[in-house]
Amino acid sequence: MHSRNSTESVQDNPLKESEIADSLSPLERKVLPLLTKYTLLSELVQHSGLQQVEVMRALQWLSNKKLITLSTEEKEIVELAENGKAYLEKGLPEKRFLRALSEAEKGLPFKEIASKSGLEKQELNASLGLLKSRGAIEIDRGIVSITEQGKALLSKQTLEEKFLQAIASEPKETAALSDEEKYALDTLKKRQGIIRIVLRKEKIATLTETGRKISKMDLGANTIEKLTPEIIKKGLWKNKTFRRFDVQVNVPKINFGRRHFINEAVDYVRRIWIEMGFQEMTGSLVQTSFWNFDALFTAQDHPVREMQDTFFIENPDKGKLPDKKIVAAVKKAHEHGVSGSRGWKYKWSQEEAKRNVLRTHTTVLSARTLAALSKEKIPAKFFSVGKCFRNETLDYSHLFEFYQVEGIVVDPNANFRHLLGYLTEFFKKMGYEKIRIRPAYFPYTEPSAEVDVYDKKHGRWLELAGAGIFRPEVVAPLLGEDITVLAWGLGFPRIIKEYYNFDDIRELYRNDLKTLREVKLWTKQTE
Amino acid sequence: MPTVKLNRKVFEKLVGRKLPEQELKHKISMLGTDLESVDKDEINVEVFPNRPDMLSEQGFARAFSAFIGEKPGIRKYEIKKSNAQVIIDKSVSEVRPYTACAIVRNLKIDDEKIREIIQLQEKLHVTYGRNRKKAAIGIYPLEKIKLPIHYKALPPNQIKFRPLEASREMTAEEILNEHPTGKEYGHLLKGKKAYPVFLDSSGSILSMPPIINSALTGRVTEETTDVFIECSGHDFEVLSTLLNMIVTALADMGGSIESMELKYPDKNIVTPDLTPKKMPIDISYAEKKLGLKLSGEEVKRLLERMGYFVDSSFNVHIPAYRADILHPIDLVEDIAIAYGFDNFSPEIPSIASTAKQDREYGLNHKAASVLTGLGFQETSSYHLTGSEQQTERILMPDEEVIMLSSSVNEEYNSLRKRLFPVLLDVLSRNRHHEYPHRIFEIGSVFSKSSKTETGVNEETNLAVLNASLETSFTEAKQQLDALMRAFDAEYKLEPANYPSFIPGRCAEIEINGKKAGIIGEIHPAVLQNFDLPVPVAGFEIRLSPLYLNL
Repeated sequence: MHSRNSTESVQDNPLKESEIADSLSPLERKVLPLLTKYTLLSELVQHSGLQQVEVMRALQWLSNKKLITLSTEEKEIVELAENGKAYLEKGLPEKRFLRALSEAEKGLPFKEIASKSGLEKQELNASLGLLKSRGAIEIDRGIVSITEQGKALLSKQTLEEKFLQAIASEPKETAALSDEEKYALDTLKKRQGIIRIVLRKEKIATLTETGRKISKMDLGANTIEKLTPEIIKKGLWKNKTFRRFDVQVNVPKINFGRRHFINEAVDYVRRIWIEMGFQEMTGSLVQTSFWNFDALFTAQDHPVREMQDTFFIENPDKGKLPDKKIVAAVKKAHEHGVSGSRGWKYKWSQEEAKRNVLRTHTTVLSARTLAALSKEKIPAKFFSVGKCFRNETLDYSHLFEFYQVEGIVVDPNANFRHLLGYLTEFFKKMGYEKIRIRPAYFPYTEPSAEVDVYDKKHGRWLELAGAGIFRPEVVAPLLGEDITVLAWGLGFPRIIKEYYNFDDIRELYRNDLKTLREVKLWTKQTE
Repeated sequence: MPTVKLNRKVFEKLVGRKLPEQELKHKISMLGTDLESVDKDEINVEVFPNRPDMLSEQGFARAFSAFIGEKPGIRKYEIKKSNAQVIIDKSVSEVRPYTACAIVRNLKIDDEKIREIIQLQEKLHVTYGRNRKKAAIGIYPLEKIKLPIHYKALPPNQIKFRPLEASREMTAEEILNEHPTGKEYGHLLKGKKAYPVFLDSSGSILSMPPIINSALTGRVTEETTDVFIECSGHDFEVLSTLLNMIVTALADMGGSIESMELKYPDKNIVTPDLTPKKMPIDISYAEKKLGLKLSGEEVKRLLERMGYFVDSSFNVHIPAYRADILHPIDLVEDIAIAYGFDNFSPEIPSIASTAKQDREYGLNHKAASVLTGLGFQETSSYHLTGSEQQTERILMPDEEVIMLSSSVNEEYNSLRKRLFPVLLDVLSRNRHHEYPHRIFEIGSVFSKSSKTETGVNEETNLAVLNASLETSFTEAKQQLDALMRAFDAEYKLEPANYPSFIPGRCAEIEINGKKAGIIGEIHPAVLQNFDLPVPVAGFEIRLSPLYLNL
C-alpha cells in the first residue's frame, strides 16, 4: 500500500543555476549531494551526520528553491505487540505446551499440562488446536501425548519464532517480506496481541532537473557565509562570492517594548484638549460623597448613591468635609435652593456627604476645580482624562472601572451655541465632520444634550458624548455666583472599541501579552 | 432609565395628529426622550428620570401633542369637589406621615387599561417614588369601599388581611416574611413599632403601604368604573405632585377627577390640587444662556409648545404634575427644546487661554519611555483587586488593604496597595505565551493615612517585573540603575527582608534621600502561589521621589 503526495508543483526558479548554487546554506550544501544516492529522510540523517531537524530544514529550503520535490510515503510496518514481547522471552504457547509434554513419556492429562506449562486457559486451547492440526500431539481418552512430528517441531526454531526475533530487533515493512516471513505474518496475525501492523509516514526527497544539475556542482568551496573582521581587513572577499540569501523567507517574530494600547489612546485624546488650549485637572480616585455627589447637586436619596451603583469604602468609610462656607452653600442648594432655585426640599445630611466613594465620574474634578478657581482666572478652560468606577458586574459590555474624558469652559459670556461650537471643534479634531445634538438629562447640567457624531466609514451616527451647562445649583455654591460653565464628556471605551474592533470590552484590561504585543499601534492623528 | 410602551393607535388619537414615520421618530428624540423603536403597532421610548409625568401613554401624548403644535399650552382639568374624607391619625407621623388622595370616576376600564395603570404605577414607584421609599401609590375600586377612609398606624399584631396574590389571610409579619412583595419591600418598615394601613369606615383593611393592597378591596377589575387613589410617603409636596401625574393620566383616559378632604390632626387639606405653580421668566436670561435673540411672543410660543402657559407679566404657569422645574434654567432648557436642538448653529468664541498638561503625567510618560526602550511591555490593570492577592498570596498576610463595602464582583473586593502582586497575576495569566516576559505598569496604589481628606493616601507607583529562565536580581538592578541614570537621580539599596522575596536577594530602595520602594527576586513560594514556572525579579517604587529634584 503505497501513496505518494507531492507537496509542491515543480516550477522554474527564476534565478540562474549558478545563482541558486550561491544561495545554498551550509546545511543545504551538505544534504544536496547526498540526494543523488539517497531519497529517504532516515537515510539522509544517517549519512549526513546531521540532526533530523537540520535535514528537515535543509529539505524544506531546497524544496522552496525547487531543487527537490518532497513527498511522503506511507508504509505498513509490522512490529511486536505486548504478547509478542512476552512470548519472545518465555517461548510461544505451543512450544511451552510441547515442552511440558516432552518431559512426560506417557503423556499427560490436560489439567497437568496447564499447571506444568503455566499457560492461560485461552492459550492452552489455542495451542491444542494448532498442535493437533500439525500432527504434533495425539489425544487418547483425555491423555495428551507428543508425536514424533511434535518432537521435531520442538527441537527447531519455527518460522513464527524467527519472524518475531527479526521484527524485535527492527520492525519490518510488510511489502518487503520474504515468502517465509509472509507465511509467519499471516499465522501470527490471526493470534491475539502478538504482532501489530502500523502505518508509518516517511519523507522522500527527489531531485528535480535543476536540482540534479546543481547537486553535481562544486558547492560552497568559493562562497562566503558570514563576513568576518578578518575577511574585511584582508580583502578576502575579492575572489569569492557571497552566499545569496532568500530575502523573501519568513523570519521569526521579535517583540518590542511598547506602551499599553489604552495609554496610546489616552495620549491622543489629551492632545486634542491641549491643542484646544485646555488645562489639565487631576485628583484622587477616592473622594467623599460631598464632592462626587452633593457638590454636583445630586440629591442624597438619588439611586446612584446606593450600594448597587457605587463603590463605597469600608474603612475608612468617611472623610472630612471641606471649608464650612462651601458645605453650607451646598447644603442650602439642596434644601432650599440657591440663586433662584427651589432646591430639592429635604433635610441634607452631613454624615451622608462624608461617605467615601470611588469616584463615579471625573465631573468630581470639575466640581473641585470650580471650588478652587479664583475670579481673576476666569474665563478658563479645563479638561481631564481619568478613571471612574461603577459597581457593575463585569461582562462583555460592562466594566466596573473605565476612563472618562471631560472638559469644562468657565466663561460668563458663554452660551449654549458656544457649547455646540466647542463640541464641533473637538469632534472635528477626532475626525468627525458632522455632529448633532439631542436633548438629554444629567442631574448637574441644564440644558443637557446627547452628542452624536457621524461615522463616515460606516454611514451611521454614533452616540459619543454628553454635554450641557452646569446648573446654577452646582456653580453658585462653588464659585460664589452663577457663572456659565459649559461641560462635556465622553465615554472612552467606545472610542477604543471602535478603533481596535474589540467585541468584548474586557479585552481592554485583560493584559494578554500576545494581544498587547501584536495589536496595531494607535496611528490616528488629531485633525 | 424606564421605558414606556405606547400603543401607536391610542397614542395618535391622544396626540390628535398622525405624523409620517420619519418625522415621528425625529420629533420624539427632539422632545428629549430616547426613542428605542417604532413599528406599526407600538412605540417604545425611554423617558428621562426628570420627567416622570411622561411615564404614561397619556402624559407622553400630552407633552408630544403640545410639542408638535397640535395642542399647545397648559391643559385644563376639571376637579369636582366631593365631600369624601380621608382621616389621618397622628400615629402615622412616626412611620409614613403623609398621604395625598383623590377619586376618579366614570372610567371605562378594560384589560389593557388595567395593564396600563399598573405599568404607570410601577414605573412611578421605581423612579419618582425611589422604589416606594419616597412615595408609594395605591389604587382601589371605590365600589368595594365605605367612605370615609382612615389612614393610621397599627401594631403589626393587629393587622391581618388577604393581600393581593395570596390565597389566605395573612398577618403583617407573614406578609413581610412570606409574601414576595413583602419580602422585597419589607425593609422599608423594618424596626417600626406600628405599620401604616388604610382602612375604610367598616374597619376593613384596604392596604398596608408601601407594601401591598388587600385582595378584597384593593383590586381594580374590568367592572370598576370609579377608583380611590392614595399616595403615601414622607414629603407632602412630592405626594401631591405624584397624585397629579396619576389623576391627569386617568382624566386623559376619560375619567372625571373628584377631590378629597384630608383631615390631618392639625389641618385640613384638599387634594388633588392642580393649580399651576408660577415662575417668572426673564427673556434676557434665556437669551444669554442660549445665545439666541428671542422676542416675548417667541418665548411665549416656545413655552406653550412645552405645555406651559405664559401670562402677560411673563409668569410661566407650570403644570401641577411637573416635578422637574426647580429654577428658571429648567424653563430655559424647555425653550431650547421647543426651539429645536437641531436649529442651534454652533459658534466658537475666542477666549484666550493657555494649555497646560499635568506635570506628573509628563514625567510618567518619560519614565515609561525609558522602560519601553529597555524592551518592556506596559500593562494596564484594574485598581480593584482581590485582597488575597495583596496579602496571603505574596506571603504578607498582615498587610492592611483598603476594602470596599459591597462589590458586586467578589473577586474585586479591595483597592490595590501594591502593583507588583497585580503584575504577578498578569504573568500568571500569560504563562502560555512566549518568554521572556518583561512588563511594567504605572498606576495609583492606596493605603490608609490620617493626613488626607478621605483618610486614604493615593500614590503613583511604578512596578517592573522580568520573568524568564535567565531572570536574576542583577537584571532587575541593571534596569533600576538605567532608570535612575535617565532621571539623574541618586539612589541607594539597603539589604532588606520581605517575605515575598528571596532572602539575601532583596533590598529597600532609597531615591534622592527618600524611601521609595523594594527590589528583589520573587520567592519561589510566591511563584508557586501564582503558578509561575520561571524565576521572576523586579522592583516597585514610588515615583514622586524620582521627580524630586527635577
